[in-house]
Amino acid sequence: MKRLLPNLLRLAVLVILIAFLLQPMLFEPLLKPLVQANAPAVYNQGSLLSLTLSHLATVFTATLAATIVAVGLAILVTRPIGAEFLPLSRSLVNIGQTFPPVAVLALAVPAVGFGEKPTLIALFLYGLLPIFENAMTGLSTLPPAIVEAARGTGMTAWQRLIKVELPLALPVILAGIRLSVTISLATATIGSTVAAKTLGEVIIAGLQSNNLAFVLQGGLVVAVLAVLIYDAFSAVERVLSRRAGRV
Amino acid sequence: MIEIDTITKRYGETTVVDTVSMTIAPRTITVIVGTSGSGKTTLMRMINRLVEPTSGKILIDGEPNSAIPGYELRRRIGYAIQGHGLFPHRTVAENIATVPTLLGWDKSRIDAKVKELLTLFQLDPAAFGPRYPHELSGGQQQRVGVARALAAEPNILLMDEPFGALDPVIRAKAQEDLLAIQKHFGTTIVLVTHDMEEAFHLADKIAVMDKGKIVQYAAPQDMLVNPATDFVETLIGAGERPFRLLSIGTVADAAEAGEADGEPIAAALSQRDALSALLWSGRQALPVVGADGAPLGRVTLASLTRRAARPQ
Repeated sequence: MKRLLPNLLRLAVLVILIAFLLQPMLFEPLLKPLVQANAPAVYNQGSLLSLTLSHLATVFTATLAATIVAVGLAILVTRPIGAEFLPLSRSLVNIGQTFPPVAVLALAVPAVGFGEKPTLIALFLYGLLPIFENAMTGLSTLPPAIVEAARGTGMTAWQRLIKVELPLALPVILAGIRLSVTISLATATIGSTVAAKTLGEVIIAGLQSNNLAFVLQGGLVVAVLAVLIYDAFSAVERVLSRRAGRV
Repeated sequence: MIEIDTITKRYGETTVVDTVSMTIAPRTITVIVGTSGSGKTTLMRMINRLVEPTSGKILIDGEPNSAIPGYELRRRIGYAIQGHGLFPHRTVAENIATVPTLLGWDKSRIDAKVKELLTLFQLDPAAFGPRYPHELSGGQQQRVGVARALAAEPNILLMDEPFGALDPVIRAKAQEDLLAIQKHFGTTIVLVTHDMEEAFHLADKIAVMDKGKIVQYAAPQDMLVNPATDFVETLIGAGERPFRLLSIGTVADAAEAGEADGEPIAAALSQRDALSALLWSGRQALPVVGADGAPLGRVTLASLTRRAARPQ
């Protein structure tokens, strides 16, 4: 009952977002006051829906790659064999975080050309740190009695990882992925400066033609996506932690 | 049978277990007691190789326990620990099925085993099987922990302070359950505790450890009568000796022919319980009844006093 109102609100926001992406002209009267008399109030240089989908695809691809690498590294350095790689791994992901994405774009374009690729590289590097740190925390703070019991029942190292350690660390790992996705959703907009198809195009077009309505549309769509995806992750984490008894 | 042969464990300069040798007879309960840091847990964990010894060897039924990989060895040996160590993301039934699943039993056999064990531990399989561990009380969790350890029908069960986290009432119940289970399966149990009361109640033989060495390994009665060192004597507690002696024997052993009035006492209880009942009710004798309620004679204050005295 307590969650009903926020959930209704989220549903309403989602419906409005979908309506806007499918039929943006319906919202023209709302945006009209923001632009000068003869300027277009709704983005007209391409489909908002396809921009949104390719924005999401870029973020998804980059986060998936970052998750695989960061969780893989975290698993490695929490094993006895890999413990000595911890300082190295930590420096690597920290460098990824400290390098501003804009700088990564500038450096990546000469190497891989314009388009999706430099954006993917920037988002990948930027997304590593939260996932790595959370996966590290999740895997290294498991209750000792449970780890001990897993060994005591005769699980091999691999079975312990797959059947006990990863499932128990999953809520914490997901929290890391959630942070990474949220940051990437916002950061992906700058990819449009190097010709990646993202919602940044709408914002940049608005800035270039001094069209406040464009800037607002692009910004709001990104913001709403970020909020909804963040909430969805939080909900999944809650279910998983409740099941794991770690409420 | 478990034969421990001059086993030693060193961590750097510290010797935790120092050339310990002992033989544990099959189908008995052996309790290892000692202060914290005495090496008792390390000694036990070398049996299932959660700790690898620095030197020495352990034979299980004549086979060295180093002959097969550690994880395979541990699937054959039950292991129950303090705070139960249940997997929180798995249901009670899945927890109990852990080792049978690892061993690749087929599903119907696993289901039957889970049901049998839950019933044995007085937990309704239909109600408790699908629950998660955090939905259970401490005593129930502990029972599930022992059920999991017994699921693959191991000959040996290792227990590391299994009742340490339980309150006194549930602990007493858990100890009774353990004795019943041991009779039922004939499991060889090695139990580590620092609670002497528990040791005397459960053990067929007690091993006292101090600074990595076994200072005495004897039946409870022998240990009471002839403590090997001052340390053992202190651990037993000099003032407790007559009562511990009574707590080892059952009322049935002390029963004699004759009649007595008043509330009867069950033959399976300890003589200490009988003494306590006599003192509390201010009587000289109590009638003794068997499990079926049939009269078996009486137990007198005089005979208990005689039995509590130092044997000559």
